[in-house]
Amino acid sequence: MVEEIGKTAEGDLIINVGPQHPATHGVLHLIITLNGETIKKVEPHLGYIHRSIEKMCESLTYRQFIYTTSRMDYLSAHINNHACALTVEKGLGIEIPARAQVIRVLMDELTRIASHELWWGAMAMDLGAFTPFFHAFRERETINDIMEETCGARLTMNYMVPGGVMMDLHPNFQYRVKNFLTLYKRKIHEYDELVTGNIIFQNRMKGVGVLSKEAAISFGVTGPAARGSGVSCDVRKLYPYEIYNTLEFDEILETEGDSFARYMVRLREMNESIKIIEQLIDNIPEGDFQAKTKAVLKLPKGEFYQRVETARGELGVYIVSEGGTTPYRIKFRSPGFSNLSCLDHITRGGKIGDLIASMGTLDLVIPDIDR
Amino acid sequence: MFSLESLTTLVQDWLNKTFPPTWALLIEFVIVGILAIALFAALGLVLVIMERKVAAWIQIRLGPNRVGPLGILQSTADTIKLIMKEGLTPDGADKFLFNLAPFIVMIVSMLILAPIGFAKGFHIWDINIGVLYVSAISSVSVIGILMAGWASNNKYSLLGAMRSGAQMVSYELSVGLSVLSIIVLTGSLNINDIVLSQQNGWWLFKAHIPAIISFVIFIIAITAETNRAPFDLSEAESELTAGFHTEYSGMKFALFFLSEYINIFIVCAIGATLFLGGWMPFHIGNWESFNHIMDYIPSFIWFFGKTFFMIFLIMWFRWTFPRLRVDQLLNLEWKYLLPISMVNLIVMTLVAIKGWHF
Amino acid sequence: MSNEELKTIISEILPNASFEETGEWLNIGLEAADWIESANKLRNFESMPFNFLFCLTCVDWKTHFTMVYHLRSTTTLDNIVVKVKLDREKPEIITVSDIWRGAELFEREVYDLFGVIFLEHPDLRRLLLTDDWVGYPLRKDYEDPINMIKL
Repeated sequence: MVEEIGKTAEGDLIINVGPQHPATHGVLHLIITLNGETIKKVEPHLGYIHRSIEKMCESLTYRQFIYTTSRMDYLSAHINNHACALTVEKGLGIEIPARAQVIRVLMDELTRIASHELWWGAMAMDLGAFTPFFHAFRERETINDIMEETCGARLTMNYMVPGGVMMDLHPNFQYRVKNFLTLYKRKIHEYDELVTGNIIFQNRMKGVGVLSKEAAISFGVTGPAARGSGVSCDVRKLYPYEIYNTLEFDEILETEGDSFARYMVRLREMNESIKIIEQLIDNIPEGDFQAKTKAVLKLPKGEFYQRVETARGELGVYIVSEGGTTPYRIKFRSPGFSNLSCLDHITRGGKIGDLIASMGTLDLVIPDIDR
Repeated sequence: MFSLESLTTLVQDWLNKTFPPTWALLIEFVIVGILAIALFAALGLVLVIMERKVAAWIQIRLGPNRVGPLGILQSTADTIKLIMKEGLTPDGADKFLFNLAPFIVMIVSMLILAPIGFAKGFHIWDINIGVLYVSAISSVSVIGILMAGWASNNKYSLLGAMRSGAQMVSYELSVGLSVLSIIVLTGSLNINDIVLSQQNGWWLFKAHIPAIISFVIFIIAITAETNRAPFDLSEAESELTAGFHTEYSGMKFALFFLSEYINIFIVCAIGATLFLGGWMPFHIGNWESFNHIMDYIPSFIWFFGKTFFMIFLIMWFRWTFPRLRVDQLLNLEWKYLLPISMVNLIVMTLVAIKGWHF
Repeated sequence: MSNEELKTIISEILPNASFEETGEWLNIGLEAADWIESANKLRNFESMPFNFLFCLTCVDWKTHFTMVYHLRSTTTLDNIVVKVKLDREKPEIITVSDIWRGAELFEREVYDLFGVIFLEHPDLRRLLLTDDWVGYPLRKDYEDPINMIKL
């Protein structure tokens, strides 16, 4: 897990963190140059889980390539599939039925909550408290059970298709989601008592890993990491897709830019997702769950870009099509890639414990970065 | 009340009758040694399984429940596993110091057992400077840890051992000052005297506010002394250094692991003795009938009950709080705990002189 | 703001550019030699500074490469796409990592997978593949009998 490479001539220590981590970040290899306890430079080495998804998608049809994205950021699997389906629909120019749109948004928001739960548990575990992990998983397991009943899988739910969703909702879906909402509201105060209000956590996170607003924009940071620095970048608000422009929810912004601000943004975003689910769960319209599409999809010649807001930030799918059944070039603009590029900037001059806290609040999922 | 004192006097008389005096003494040594080692082993097994069950209970899950009924035999299985592991000595390590370090830490833990009173009249060595002895010997364990870090020939073990050493040395001051504040009230360093002076009530209740402050500081300081969370930087897994016992495996690691739990038991025993009355039952002042009823519960049950309550508190801390950063840890001691304990000591002396305690 | 309005505004600051408004966003075509100057102008444009580079990629068109830069302005929320044609034999372009700092990792990825050299890049190395990898996988003429499976 940790080895020493060697000392530089000036007396600096160069050490490796990773690629195997006890925390759930994935395979991230950081090479840190230390002077005593102070960090001088952090250099990430990527590629340990590079599966060349972009090249693979050039030989997959438009119906097939969507499911490779569930494996990219597996914690927001629905949202990634949603982005691909939307891009293909933009190219084909088809209308999605209202029921499918509502189902898609419901699944997205449930996934967002599940992803933030795991982030919360894993981040607390990184900082040394082992109990919040189990509390977080109690809620996440409820969501996974809901997903399993409707979509058939707990992690990589291949549910979105161009045109709508693959199958209709299970009859128990509404009842289970309502139970989950009651459970969640009962337990959310525990999160504040256990972690947010704890003075040790606050001292570990306040003033640590400060990212200024200009730096956030320059690095291209999106998602809760940027919103913690005051950059308004929620794609659901700025460039709404599906039915987000008809829903009432707030974009959470904090101005300090330190780890605690990013933490509070994510915690409050979970509440906003609950609000969205509450607005939709009783009003699922009747109708088709899938628009009629041809069996073999062919996008017209051109370029199409669609962006969505995943749990980590802005995911962009860029398809260049030459008119065939497979894409000519696909580029996935993953949020983790840009978020990682600011890690060196925010951790310079801090201590190793600060690096752990900053990485935790940036919420990196490495398969998302390596693709 | 049922007392172990009768058992010890019985054995002692029988030995003195059958053997010449030196032989009797030697046989007593052997018996005490065997009992101490047996206590060690039993405590180690019990504490390991207790830690896992308490952790599970706090984390809304069941702990080990496969090996033996309710998982009681889990620690026996762990011990057997550790005995059978290969004990590796890293290349370039200082062999003598590397092998000596776990034994030093273990010997220190055993030595501190000597003056502790487990039950009425049941202690190994009723020395007149009991508390000072415990304080002094526990400082020697820092040497064992530094030795382990140095001899491993691994920069991370060394860093971890230095951090650990700095932490233990700093927090010993706070422990010492909190202990001193009770000594001021009792006027004696002898552990038996301290327990007897709590005949009419435990010091925690008798010397109200200064004793409560002392107790709180004592608990924080002993958590740091024994390298337990939230002060377990040197064993932190998700930080970089894996601590001074990285390179140890097999039985030597088992010795470190065991002596950590024994240390917890001992410091909690000291805390129970000083603040919560040791083996003295819960008496309230002059309420004779109430005291008499309390006396029916044997003294060793009082002692172990109080000690395990404090051990439970310390385990509770581990699974609730996150870790402190190293500079925050040392800040806490030198800028907050030490001044508070010094002022508290002065207040307690005032209370003792003026007689403002119950 | 619609594509036509954007075209009028931007053609004032970028006289050499070619425009195409058929897609969703305004496509601006530039020469590699003008790129750095135009990038600075776009970044520091007063009424709508294009300060957010949200996607940087390359497309292999078999006869030439095209670098594609997606930019947006955080103040007016307008999006534009800048395309720069590169020669396939000697694909070189100047880096923009000092203008938009997020471009540093994007450009390393493009170098790794396409082989485009970014002049004056602070640290141009392979990012995702191993350091001793031969070839540029995302090019259309890349052959690898061991690792590639044609479906």
